[in-house]
Amino acid sequence: MSSNTTAITGSDGRELALNKAPIWRQRKAALNYIALLPYVFFALFPFYIMFITSIKTDQEINQLGESPFWATGIATENYIYLATHTGFFEHWFVNTLIVTVAVTIISVSVGTLAAYALARLRFRGVEIFGVSVFITYLIPQTLLFIPLIDVINTIDDYVPIRDTYWSLILTYPTFLIPFVTWLLMGYFKTIPVEVEECAYLDGCSRLGALWRVVLPMAVPGIMCAILFCITLSWNELLYSLVFIQDETAKTISVGVITELIRGDIYYWGSLMAACFIGALPIIIIYGFFMDYFTSGLTAGAIK
Amino acid sequence: MAEIQLRELWKYYDDVAAVRGIDLDIQHNEFIALVGPSGCGKTTTLRMIAGLEDITAGDIVVGDRVVNEVAPKDRDIAMVFQNYALYPHMSVFQNMSFGLRLRKTSKEEINRRVNHAADILNIGELLERRPKQLSGGQRQRVAMGRAIVRDPQVFLFDEPLSNLDAKLRVQMRTEIKKIHQRVQTTVVYVTHDQVEAMTLADRIVVMNNGVIEQVGTPEEMYDAPQTLFVASFIGSPSMNFLPCEVEAQNGGLAIRLTDNLTLAVPADRGDRYSPYIGKPMMFGIRPEHITDKRPHTEPTHLDFTSDVVVLEPMGMDTMVFINIGETEITTRSRPRAVSQVGQPMDFTIDMGHMQLIDPESEKVL
Repeated sequence: MSSNTTAITGSDGRELALNKAPIWRQRKAALNYIALLPYVFFALFPFYIMFITSIKTDQEINQLGESPFWATGIATENYIYLATHTGFFEHWFVNTLIVTVAVTIISVSVGTLAAYALARLRFRGVEIFGVSVFITYLIPQTLLFIPLIDVINTIDDYVPIRDTYWSLILTYPTFLIPFVTWLLMGYFKTIPVEVEECAYLDGCSRLGALWRVVLPMAVPGIMCAILFCITLSWNELLYSLVFIQDETAKTISVGVITELIRGDIYYWGSLMAACFIGALPIIIIYGFFMDYFTSGLTAGAIK
Repeated sequence: MAEIQLRELWKYYDDVAAVRGIDLDIQHNEFIALVGPSGCGKTTTLRMIAGLEDITAGDIVVGDRVVNEVAPKDRDIAMVFQNYALYPHMSVFQNMSFGLRLRKTSKEEINRRVNHAADILNIGELLERRPKQLSGGQRQRVAMGRAIVRDPQVFLFDEPLSNLDAKLRVQMRTEIKKIHQRVQTTVVYVTHDQVEAMTLADRIVVMNNGVIEQVGTPEEMYDAPQTLFVASFIGSPSMNFLPCEVEAQNGGLAIRLTDNLTLAVPADRGDRYSPYIGKPMMFGIRPEHITDKRPHTEPTHLDFTSDVVVLEPMGMDTMVFINIGETEITTRSRPRAVSQVGQPMDFTIDMGHMQLIDPESEKVL
């Protein structure tokens, strides 16, 4: 970047003229952006329509002849409708938040310990165990929910969890723990064993070394696992659709499609507003923590 | 500050034996180098001393206790790893003080020890940095500092210099020697580089295929190797080996290398070599014991002539490659005294330093 370079003084004391970036390099940079355009269009267009529709009045939405891609003004009626006529903010959002936080804590703590054990400990059957974790993860949720209904019903005979978010806190980890385990297993394997061994010699027990040395080094991987857990449980639809009928116990994903679509009538404005607010936390979290996906915290541990 | 004893130490990985029943006594404050080719069991032995590998059979004694069952954290041993193994999420100061903090050492004591070690290693100004901001040599120093502050009973080094470039390696080698002189401790140093072993160690242990070939001071290993392996492994450039035959000559013995080259054996070795007359044997001589022709009076110095095949000037000396029979050997001459390639040159060989090896048992006789 020649424009950012500070002035260079030549051997005769005069300031040297800085060279411009060569044309071929500028052209290459422009091509890179052009190549990204189709991707950006396909990725962001649904969000755009979602947002633009949510700030239109019903009248505007239903008016044929108007361009659907642009709004004439900013209307807040859909958001007000969500707050006053549905359980969106009062119940669905709160339920989703509780379930997501609880499920993420459970899945990441259990998955981290399991992943460490599978990556580091040498015990009989460790490989088979690792593969079976992966296979568990591969079984589609659309099949697993059938036996899980039976499990939830049986538990419900003793503790009332049907139709509450407890049924979700109990069932989401069944697909999240294998996922987290599999993800972190790979990550733990990239952490040099010597660093851990050094911690043993420095006076750590195995758990001490895990806590003080391995986990801090695994922060990017763990952050990644947390983000995926949050995303997957925030967006989960099938289990919450099956296990929850009570309107006040619903999560956003179920509430939106059951309460804002009545028969064949779509409340497009409030539907899109709900989708937009529902998607916001995920977007914000990714915006903040994206760096962790790419950061190399392990740099410098070994040569 | 402790003695280490290895007694009949075995290590099996599944059904592969990595270490086969070695015995070794390491003295208080001694610097021991374990040296050998890769896969010879030297690192495995070191890791067993550290407690990072279980012992299949035998005992390890540190100080006066058997440590077979003692966890690494309770052995009071520090280790410097080949790849440094610094904690990347901690500063240099935190890296060095980690062991002390775990042992609940007081703040003042930690500061004192870290600063002292940083002084010795010249890393005082790096204490606030993270490992990734350091160069290879600096990381190496931090790794050593981390071991020094602990003031452990035993220091273990696992090929600590092999990741450094050639110049830095030589520099750090000297540094390690200085540090050992200042911080008197028992050191076990694993390396595949025999030069490192020679320059650093009080005693060298040469390992091969999981067994100890020979233990001795660097001079003993160099001048009096006991096996073909040690003779060929120690020394750079390595010893020349030639097929030969021992024969009686003028009342003494002689080594017959080719039809035209027969060299008299020093008189004091007659008894040792006489049982091998007529058998195919192997003759060994180091390059520096074959030089350009010099005036000499000792009866063990003999002269011969050969054609120069290749010249390798090293600066101080020139390595002259010549053929004796089918075998190419290396000799070492003063640069001014060498002939041109293809020309005959006169050499003096010092038979006082010859070795005779039985090719069947691979023992030096």
